[in-house]
Amino acid sequence: MILRVKDVSVARGGVAVLEGLTLEVASGQALILKGPNGVGKTTLLRTVAGLQPPFKGEVDAPEEAVAYAAHSDGLKSMLTVEENLRFWAEVFAQSDIEKAIQAFDLVDLRNRLAGSLSAGQKRRLGLARLLVTGRPIWVLDEPTVSLDTASVQLFADAVRAHLAGGGSALLATHIDLGLDVTVLDVGPFRAKQGDAPVSGYDEAFL
Amino acid sequence: MKALLLRDLKLAFRAGGGFGLGIAFFLIVVILVPFSVGPDSGLLTKIAPGVLWLGALLACLLSLDRILALDWEDGTLDLVATSPLPLEGVVSVKALAHWLTTGVPLVVAAPVFGVLLNLPPQGFVWLVTSLALGTPALSVIGTFGAALTVGIKRGGLLLSLLILPLYVPTLIFGAELARRGAEGQDITTPLLMLAGITFGVIALLPFASALVLRMNLR
Repeated sequence: MILRVKDVSVARGGVAVLEGLTLEVASGQALILKGPNGVGKTTLLRTVAGLQPPFKGEVDAPEEAVAYAAHSDGLKSMLTVEENLRFWAEVFAQSDIEKAIQAFDLVDLRNRLAGSLSAGQKRRLGLARLLVTGRPIWVLDEPTVSLDTASVQLFADAVRAHLAGGGSALLATHIDLGLDVTVLDVGPFRAKQGDAPVSGYDEAFL
Repeated sequence: MKALLLRDLKLAFRAGGGFGLGIAFFLIVVILVPFSVGPDSGLLTKIAPGVLWLGALLACLLSLDRILALDWEDGTLDLVATSPLPLEGVVSVKALAHWLTTGVPLVVAAPVFGVLLNLPPQGFVWLVTSLALGTPALSVIGTFGAALTVGIKRGGLLLSLLILPLYVPTLIFGAELARRGAEGQDITTPLLMLAGITFGVIALLPFASALVLRMNLR
């Protein structure tokens, strides 16, 4: 279960943002991506997750191994915490959601509608989803947004347990999780900015 | 797949799910027609199949932009695209859920609304048959439109413009089947054509929908 990214360039909106990036994450390892806003961390993570093809180079990830979590948690506000988790568990053909509920301290919230949760509680539910996917490679984009210190600790513990269980993780984050892992600054891989193609202004009709 | 279908049905029935919106719209359209054309029962009998079909089609159109837009907004679509579910299956299930929550109620309510328009008794069977056979095509074509316009602001308007022309064949043969049924004529040709269109789009369009959805998610 090794995730390899070889000499990859990624583009956002037709403009190359990162180029020549190579990285490797093996079982039990995690890699934290750092870099200024707009450098292309999200685009890189979406590429690794398979949502968009790389501009150049190749992403080599085992089939059906990547669990992706982004800025939005994919929660349905009219379903309860438990229903939300159970849905994702069934999608990923898993059955056990109790571990995830325990790990992210959602026991007291399990019968509340997701729409009535606070931003931090929603985030915890979104991260609990990772545990019910049963997938070995976590690709996480700013996982700690709107989490308090205690919840960040819960998340760091979950990552530690995941790594100890042979999983791996690729994270983009700005805060220190207290994990003993490699940090990669993607700033130096920033693509030389050519002229950005200006998209048409004829879209008012849409 | 089953989980996705059950979740969509559950969401449709909860607050803000929009279940009942289509049928209420259908009812209002059908009630407005006698007001606009006058209470001449002979004329109403004549136009009933066409009006019922047009009403059902517009009612169906009303909820199309919800098929994928809500899932796109809250990020579910990204996460589903990275899950083991094939996108072709996802869009098929989405269309099925839309049909079950919008098409089926329209089919069930159509005979009741037919009474309001003085539809002749022999026409009811064929009205229900034509809608039962035609509305799945409306949902599947609509899902294709929803996949095309997902992520576009006010995509619902564009969706209507794109989809209405694609609804024309279904409307022509569906309304023709209902009209011939009501007038006691031979219904074989429109019945076969309508069935052909429906099964054709069910077989082919999910692949197109999944393809454009993949492009839109990039």
